[in-house]
Amino acid sequence: MKNNSMKTNNGNKIKAGALIAEIITAIIFLAFLFPFFIVFINSAKTAFEITAYPMAMPEKWGNILANIANIWTSENIRYRSSLFSSVLITAIALFAINILSSQAAWVLVRNKSKTSNAIFFIFVAAMVIPFQIVMFPLLSWFRMITKATGIPLLRTYGGIVLAYVGFGISLSIFMFHGFIKSIPLELEEAATIDGCKKYQTFYEIIFPILKPIHATVLVLNGIWIWNDYLLPLLILGKGNVIQTIPLAVSNFAGAYVKQWDLILTAILLAMIPVIVFFLFAQKYIVKGMVAGSIK
Amino acid sequence: MNKKRENSAIFWLFLAPVLLAFLLVIIIPFFMGVFYSFTNWSSSARADNALKFIGLTNFTGSFKDPAFAYSFGVTILYTILNMIFINFVAFALALLVTSQLKLRNIYRVGFFVPNLIGGLILGYIWQFIFNNAIPSLGRIFNLLAFLNVPENLILSKNTTAILALVAVGTWQYAGYIMMIYIAAIENVPLELHEAAKIDGATPFVRLMKITIPMAAQAFTVTTFLTLVNSFKQFDVNVSLTSGGPSTIYMSKPILGTELLALNIYNTAFVSNNLAMGQARAVVFFLVLAIIALIQVYVNKKKELEL
Repeated sequence: MKNNSMKTNNGNKIKAGALIAEIITAIIFLAFLFPFFIVFINSAKTAFEITAYPMAMPEKWGNILANIANIWTSENIRYRSSLFSSVLITAIALFAINILSSQAAWVLVRNKSKTSNAIFFIFVAAMVIPFQIVMFPLLSWFRMITKATGIPLLRTYGGIVLAYVGFGISLSIFMFHGFIKSIPLELEEAATIDGCKKYQTFYEIIFPILKPIHATVLVLNGIWIWNDYLLPLLILGKGNVIQTIPLAVSNFAGAYVKQWDLILTAILLAMIPVIVFFLFAQKYIVKGMVAGSIK
Repeated sequence: MNKKRENSAIFWLFLAPVLLAFLLVIIIPFFMGVFYSFTNWSSSARADNALKFIGLTNFTGSFKDPAFAYSFGVTILYTILNMIFINFVAFALALLVTSQLKLRNIYRVGFFVPNLIGGLILGYIWQFIFNNAIPSLGRIFNLLAFLNVPENLILSKNTTAILALVAVGTWQYAGYIMMIYIAAIENVPLELHEAAKIDGATPFVRLMKITIPMAAQAFTVTTFLTLVNSFKQFDVNVSLTSGGPSTIYMSKPILGTELLALNIYNTAFVSNNLAMGQARAVVFFLVLAIIALIQVYVNKKKELEL
């Protein structure tokens, strides 16, 4: 009898504890998302409303459409062309990084020689190199290449994609390398006996097995490239026809100081593609980012 | 014999594109950068004719410059505070969302979202909050009137502005680090908790004696990750404070919240001293290289212990 009442007592305590934890976490959750909520409500305000009542609900929610239309068609932010450039640069760079670093990692794993070990070691060691130490010479080096070969690299798609491939391959090769090591060699040997050419072995047998690691590498590089600000600032420069979304937002915010109605709507539009993408690929993104942290 | 040749051909063929990109984008600029840091390199002079070797002048000049010394100090302070806050918040959040909360999956997503948005955009959002939203509370509530006094703006004093950078940095990274802790906590075998419960261990004792020791593996990863990320912070710095407000250090006017990455950029492009900016970038690299070596050493040691 006594024992029983103690149990229910305990049970009540646990229930109360769980409820308190739920409430606390919910409050923290709302606090975390509050800045985004601020962006959202202020995107539906006029310039006067924002400066007067930044924390209040908008007078007319319909304003949000007017503000979005304003940014969408603005010649100053050039949102549509920036979205296009961001998508193009990210897509091509990701495609190149995934293909090139997976095939490189494969030959590095399967050819056990001093050369391949040394090459792999250099790639891994290079992960320490911060962008800052290469960024200034990279600009004059790209200028030299253009002078010598006539291939324009600064302020072009080609140049920025090349830069992202250069900076992205180290970590990507490292990730593929670790995964390929765990694939049994017998699979490839059987294919060779069946008369498969070496490159066929990779593209027809190994490549499909790499799917999960391709997803990880896509996520890691994708989030970084999409949000990157400093590299496009230097390679593409200001006032270029080609600009990424972060560049567009910073140029716009710099030119329209304190015009928060426009800046916040621009920020809202800049966040939407990422949030939409995240909702679709949530599982892969979280998994990929956690995997990438353990280098 | 034929097969060997095919192997070697494929080896170089498959490696050629990455080696080329790596050489063009990393290796050559890296060595150029180290070389330039010992010269009077500038953007106005033609790189090939006026280049002169000037030894360590750029380095000694950098360390004598109050702006650089101050920036170095602020960066260390910011990094330490950021590491502590991010890890503390992230671990607390991880504990909350691995308990039996009903909406735990939604919470996880919410805490993670800031990490998906670029630091540049996050900085602008918070600039609006600190400069507009928070002061407006002072107009609404009499009790909070001090918030609306211009001198009390959080971003207008460098001590509070640095704390603002830390707050935004924590908000930005905590969800990401939380995910790593979640993975570690969920790896703890349930039997351990069950056994401890039977032995009468309270939730707090189980946290101290089971969860934290078992998650220790993750602490090394998260510590170094937050250390390096905080040290490299640039985007939020640019959009939230642009390095401001100005302050006086060693009787020279300097920027009060200028982290190293921004100082390197400003030295080269605002002060137009490319060679000195490059020398600072070399120092920046050396610090990161030392951190990386310590990390390798710590990991090796841990592997031996296991």
